[in-house]
Amino acid sequence: MGKEMEQMFQRKFDKVNSIVDKHDRKVSNLIAILQEIQAEYRYLPEEVLTYVATALGIPRATVYGVATFYTQFSMKPKGKYIIKVCDGTACHVRHSEKLRYLVREKLGLDDSKDTTDDLGFTIETVSCIGACGLAPVVTVNDDDVYGQMTPEALTIILDQLISKERSEGSTGKAENGDECPARNGQAHELDGGKGCLGC
Amino acid sequence: MPGMLKSRKDVERVREKAEKGLNQQKVRAMVCAGTGCLANGSLKVYEKLRELVSEKGLLVDLDMTEDACGEAHPNGNGIGIAKSGCHGFCQMGPLVRIEPQGILYVSVKPEDVEEIVEETLIKGKAVTRLLYQDSPSGTAVKTEDSIPFYKRQHRVVLANCGRINPEDIREAIAMGGYHAIAKALDEMTPDQVIQLINASGLRGRGGAGFPTGRKWGFAQAAKSVKKYVICNGDEGDPGAFMDRSVMEGDPHKVIEGLMIAAFAIGADEGFIYVRAEYPVAVTRLKKAIKEAREYGLLGRNILGSDFSFDITIKEGAGAFVCGEETALISSIEGRRGMPNPRPPYPAAKGLFGKPTIINNVETLSNLPSIILNGPAWFKSHGTETSPGTKTFALAGQVVNTGLVEVPMGFPLRDLVFEVGGGTRTGREFKAVQIGGPSGGCLAKDQLDVALDYESLRKVGAMVGSGGIVVMDEDTCMVEVARFFMQFAQNESCGKCVPCREGTKQMLALLTKITNGEGTEEDLELLEEVALAVKDGALCGLGKTAPNPVLTTLKYFRSEYEAHVLEKRCPAGVCQALKAYSINPDKCRGCTLCAKACPVGAISGERKKPHNIDQAKCIKCNTCVEKCRFGAISKE
Repeated sequence: MGKEMEQMFQRKFDKVNSIVDKHDRKVSNLIAILQEIQAEYRYLPEEVLTYVATALGIPRATVYGVATFYTQFSMKPKGKYIIKVCDGTACHVRHSEKLRYLVREKLGLDDSKDTTDDLGFTIETVSCIGACGLAPVVTVNDDDVYGQMTPEALTIILDQLISKERSEGSTGKAENGDECPARNGQAHELDGGKGCLGC
Repeated sequence: MPGMLKSRKDVERVREKAEKGLNQQKVRAMVCAGTGCLANGSLKVYEKLRELVSEKGLLVDLDMTEDACGEAHPNGNGIGIAKSGCHGFCQMGPLVRIEPQGILYVSVKPEDVEEIVEETLIKGKAVTRLLYQDSPSGTAVKTEDSIPFYKRQHRVVLANCGRINPEDIREAIAMGGYHAIAKALDEMTPDQVIQLINASGLRGRGGAGFPTGRKWGFAQAAKSVKKYVICNGDEGDPGAFMDRSVMEGDPHKVIEGLMIAAFAIGADEGFIYVRAEYPVAVTRLKKAIKEAREYGLLGRNILGSDFSFDITIKEGAGAFVCGEETALISSIEGRRGMPNPRPPYPAAKGLFGKPTIINNVETLSNLPSIILNGPAWFKSHGTETSPGTKTFALAGQVVNTGLVEVPMGFPLRDLVFEVGGGTRTGREFKAVQIGGPSGGCLAKDQLDVALDYESLRKVGAMVGSGGIVVMDEDTCMVEVARFFMQFAQNESCGKCVPCREGTKQMLALLTKITNGEGTEEDLELLEEVALAVKDGALCGLGKTAPNPVLTTLKYFRSEYEAHVLEKRCPAGVCQALKAYSINPDKCRGCTLCAKACPVGAISGERKKPHNIDQAKCIKCNTCVEKCRFGAISKE
């Protein structure tokens, strides 16, 4: 392990240490501890779980058991933007599955993958965020709640997010192939421009 | 810093002072800051209102009146601008309510603010274009109380939601907050509190409907120095959001309710367990607890009595089963949230092995008004066996979605068609789902059922947490049953075999049926497994998980049979059972569908009829939505 790596590790555990201490190293605060760690790293790295187990004096299996039980916790790194598509009953009967399909399509994620390779985006399906009056609902990083979503409106939001993320210089590269018929002019061409369907 | 309140009289004094302050505000605009309206941008409206009103020098805040001893606006034309909790009418947000006239403005945008300030707040006139438009009559409805959505509601639990600023304890106290606990501490014994709640007939609003006073009696009788009370705010039912709205809109009522419960059973420590998905509720509750501590309403020797009590917030981490009380206890202890067999009941041996009472948010929120108004008042609403009111979250394919509170025993039909305004799509009503994954789906014929514990149980549904999702004829009931089973299966904790394996097998059968591969024997098997899980599962989640299957089998059997016998989905929802085709007579060759198709299954020349390649088609329905000529159909 290089010196730089070692220092990085040290820093990593310093932060974990302060979180564990803040919660008085109490086992009953395990969930809160893991929540804070995940807020810090965006996921729960395995070596950190081992560290927490040692710090609390409990078996690794117990920590691992809690980390895998609750849906909020992830053992895999998550993207910078977490897009949650609500699939509660109200959203479901207002066809939220189309939105889910659209997000996957836009981000190029198939069913086996929830996070883009450049760690830019993660898609999650949630069982209900309690904004049923606005169904169907999509949230971005929990802060931005978009209600009464349609595929069209969500496309605009996703396009903005994607270009924002790409311009912020993440490792992902810009892609061409925007499908908007208005932009490539094909729809306008039809009927000499008069027949534009304004889609 | 406020002084610590040391007696019931001190509470009264705070109320008088806050009322005086609020009276300085000749008019007051309450901007809804519930999750729904926040999503629609209500904060911008709030900020703009404050900005414009303070520019005119008319803004009166409670803080200002406190310092100036009521001198802020001697001519009495001060204007108050405050954020409130959920008004309930989420569909029409952002909402702004103007007091004292009770005017409700809907879908307010920042551009509308100037007109609201000039016309309504200063001149006292209503802005017609911002009022709710009643669609059948086409007239604008001025006040909140005359809107059909609100007219038949009776708000007890939600009384303050949308009327007060949840982030200011003085407003809660001005509305009578903390008066009930002050009364209990001043003139009642714990026994008397329990007797009173028993006499009121209050039953748990979390689902099962166990009498609250009786539950307390067990915990009070348990011999232990240490006891706990827990507020269950783990509202995991998809389609339910009433607890969230109360925690966000009137957090002090929840705190006061928990204090009353603690006093009754002799607990000195309480927890509020809130879902991780409710960040706004967590923030507001934390602020409310902090304020209550500053006022001496939480802490040692509350209001000069022997009663000491404090509250900790525990955030859940996403597990539906944690709404079950023994699982919730495991979660608070920092473990996997798995249920334990009862007995022992938590009232005898609960959190950290001590006697514990767990009450739902809504149950606790009922307590203060019962203490203040008495059991006879409480029983004057609702039915003989289910007294009081119940909040319901109305959602799905219904015109008016949002939060409603009606007396128990309210006819379901009226809730869907009068309060809810019927289906929003214009398509015919098909079913209503009550009580989330534990509840059932009721058809048109069951619409006359009364909304109370016994009546709903008789038809196979349950009050549950009170989520009501309306479905129209575009919904496939077999798919709905599959959807709920998928949920139950995902959320099954895996501890007991009937639930772990039973939900898996039911899901497999339902998936098989929706894929068009089901047989008649599968229907029988499905019912058999469902009944076995109902009988055999360890906790409430497992025992009630088959309800959506059993009720749909009972009330919508013909739909199952269509899937199985005719390989047909009557609602046209099940992907495997439908094929899309383009009517060449109607298609104008505009290429919109071909461009929209995500898998490139549509081809054809411009201005000529297009074709769908069935092998490529993933049946996503996008083409149907895109087509402006109605040329694409699914069968």
